[in-house]
Amino acid sequence: MITTEPVITVKNMVKKFGNFVANDNLNFEVYKGEIFGFIGANGAGKTTAIRILCGLSTPTSGEMKVGGFDIYRQTEKIKQNIGYMSQKFSLYEDLTINENIRFYGGIYGMKIADRKVRTEKMLERLELTEYRNRKIGDLPLGWKQKLAFSIAILHNPKIVFLDEPTGGVDPITRRQFWNLIYEAVEQGITVFVTTHYMDEAEYCDRVSIMAEGRIVALDTPERLKKQYSANNMDEVFLKIAR
Amino acid sequence: MNRFLAFLRKEFYHIFRDPRTLVILFGIPIAQLLLFGFVLTNEVRNVKIAVVDHSKDYLSIRLTERLLSSGFFQLAALPKSESEYEGLFRSSKVKEIVVFEPDFARKLIKEGKAGIQVIADASEPNAAQLVVNYTTAIANGFVKDEFTKDQKVPGINIKVRMLFNEDMRDAYNFIPGLIAVILMLISAMMTAITITREKETGTMEILLASPLKPIQIILGKVVPYLILSIINALVVLLLGYFVFEVPIIGNLALLLGEILLFIFLALSLGILISTFANSQLTALAMSGFVLMLPSILLSGFIFPVKNMPVPLQIVANLMPPRWFIEINRTVMLKGGGIETIWPNTVILLGMSVIFILISIRKFKIRLQ
Amino acid sequence: MIEVKDLHKQYGDIVALDKVSLTVGRGELFGLIGPDGAGKTSLMRILMSLLLPDGGTATMNELDVVKDYKEVRLITGYMPGRFSLYPDLTVEENLKFFATVFGTTIQENYYLIKDIYQQIEPFKNRRAGKLSGGMKQKLALSCALIHKPEILILDEPTTGVDAVSRKEFWEMLKRLKSMGITILVSTPYMDEASMCDRIALIQQGRLMSVATPHEMIESFPEDLWAVHTRKIYETSKHLEKLSSTLSVNSFGQVLHLVTSKGVHSAESIQKYLLEKGELEITIEPSSATIEDVFILLMNHHKHLK
Repeated sequence: MITTEPVITVKNMVKKFGNFVANDNLNFEVYKGEIFGFIGANGAGKTTAIRILCGLSTPTSGEMKVGGFDIYRQTEKIKQNIGYMSQKFSLYEDLTINENIRFYGGIYGMKIADRKVRTEKMLERLELTEYRNRKIGDLPLGWKQKLAFSIAILHNPKIVFLDEPTGGVDPITRRQFWNLIYEAVEQGITVFVTTHYMDEAEYCDRVSIMAEGRIVALDTPERLKKQYSANNMDEVFLKIAR
Repeated sequence: MNRFLAFLRKEFYHIFRDPRTLVILFGIPIAQLLLFGFVLTNEVRNVKIAVVDHSKDYLSIRLTERLLSSGFFQLAALPKSESEYEGLFRSSKVKEIVVFEPDFARKLIKEGKAGIQVIADASEPNAAQLVVNYTTAIANGFVKDEFTKDQKVPGINIKVRMLFNEDMRDAYNFIPGLIAVILMLISAMMTAITITREKETGTMEILLASPLKPIQIILGKVVPYLILSIINALVVLLLGYFVFEVPIIGNLALLLGEILLFIFLALSLGILISTFANSQLTALAMSGFVLMLPSILLSGFIFPVKNMPVPLQIVANLMPPRWFIEINRTVMLKGGGIETIWPNTVILLGMSVIFILISIRKFKIRLQ
Repeated sequence: MIEVKDLHKQYGDIVALDKVSLTVGRGELFGLIGPDGAGKTSLMRILMSLLLPDGGTATMNELDVVKDYKEVRLITGYMPGRFSLYPDLTVEENLKFFATVFGTTIQENYYLIKDIYQQIEPFKNRRAGKLSGGMKQKLALSCALIHKPEILILDEPTTGVDAVSRKEFWEMLKRLKSMGITILVSTPYMDEASMCDRIALIQQGRLMSVATPHEMIESFPEDLWAVHTRKIYETSKHLEKLSSTLSVNSFGQVLHLVTSKGVHSAESIQKYLLEKGELEITIEPSSATIEDVFILLMNHHKHLK
């Protein structure tokens, strides 16, 4: 259910590393219940922006609110209300599925009964129940990614940030992954996702295209395609870049 | 050859463009040296001494005056018999006792040689050594001045006795030991790190896939650090000599030769480590545990090997620095020549050959 | 020419390459397409003589990659999966270094890299670590080409690079191909398949199919329908329950429905969806993409297991 109630507001976000401007005056809002996509090449500033919004990095300047909390003063509150899954796989390879879940449930202070119920549901959904005592390191990449996502939303956060969750994943798993995202949205979670895959851009409700630290376009895929009279997002991207 | 030079140039770019490398290369040795230096040295000024003059002739009196007027020493006692010596030291009334043998002047002029015994309190070994050195220097200067017109300058035979710590552990020894530690650090650790860095950046994959031979890659990595290690060793020697007045009594060429041998050994150890480690961090940790700690703790740098329990002595004997520090001390402080240190040299040579053989065997021409 | 026969590679229990056989002709631009962990990198590393196979043989221009590895390394150019240049060296220093390592000079083979290198030459004094993704990739390609290799092995050169640079990169590969260089390139992006002369679809260490992209699409054995709907998720749930449905997958805002050959018509599917209460829907027969082929083959192989 997409609303116009903003859960993330970003005003004039700037992040500099020395002379290098990673984020150059970003302005956008993410609405409650939508899938918001960040598209762009490596080094366009996507990961930097996500890290700031997750409270992992301090911006150089700008005003930002995530889930109604201020990015400078309420980072702890923000962290309680978001889930985060990074580009690199973020579970412990040497722990089992179960141990990883217990660990993450613990960090987010989930009630044990609550965690157990949700864990069962999640493992069943992923068809991983019988593998719960397997070490993460022994799982295929696609499984790991799906599991990492499910664990990132186990504590039912308001917003989940996904940094290139499907990089290098096979086409079937990629779609299964997106189905998981849709299911999360149905639960009322807002999804903020970055990707390289242009077809995935079309799965988003709104996309912002980033290049060299700036947002060069932001709209629904539908309207972007119309605006640039393109057949798909790939063409939109090429036309914007040229 | 061209390939090799290109490799060298690249290595130097790496070194000079990374401030951290430069700090490790040059900052740490100097910092360590100064640190050890300040902790261990004491200023020699108005050190209390006792004089026992068994001859009381004009030369012994003049030398005593020269000692006392130097500003370094201050007369605190004139003991009558040897039985008083220990009491004087124990009560810290004096730090040194100078004993002139009977007939000092006559022996010096007629026989060209006379004896002084210098007894020092070696419970503070470094200070004791310094005091003795100052005394020796003043005595030697004294005869030179007295006999300038003579063709043959007589010599004073100075017999040093260290009380309470006859072996003089620690004193001065930090410079020879420090050279070993620094060379281990620079040569081995830096080589290991620089090779593993290429594994981390993925460039090793390209180097391996190129026509470069393993030996070229290894030499290309080693030569820059060989040069830097030699510079470092010289810096430490010079600082030791000029700032802390640690003498180099033995043959300088021999000393440098042994240092070169040790550098070679350390470099081969570094390569060996890099064949095991896949990341800079692992290389650093391995160097720390395998090289740094043993070369400080088990090498005789701080704790004398012969005082260690037997199992530790055995381990210590496997540590290259243990043999090298002994060489250094012998050559620098005792003036020993190759005739006394050849067993150590052979051991170091043997270790180097073993390390380099293993590294070349283990250095893979492929990944995995 | 690259000839691979029954190549096998295993890491512990994990089979990275399962009896892979493949021939890449001289001057061919050959694409190896598959997800991470499919075995692309293992295959390329074996060809570059960086890994030893556990079984089977591979030759590069008749040189055995195990026995004649030194010669193999001389005639091939290689771009490993991640950025593998010296970030603290400038663009020019990197290029010069690799030229010298291969016993040549930038001038000698400049004609070969001219088109590519000219684009980054204005930044030749910039440290390689400070280049953008697209420029890094061009520099890496220049470095791999500088010794005038007969064969180029490129491991995911376009991953993480922006769409414009990706496009330019494929143009460059076509030009290199026209100079007679044999090129083996891997990519996880299915849409890049059409740029290759021939492609191999690889999954879990096995080649599922080897053909030209055109053949692959033409020989798609089932019926494929493009379904336009406003409610992707719901519609796909309904379509999954349709008799003889083999798969339903979203491609952007369009659903690709695969049904057994000759069972359905656009009208029969429309009718089925109408019964389910889906009104605003258009259905048309569509030709497959490489991704459709890949998904079909993956499902097929799953069933075989």
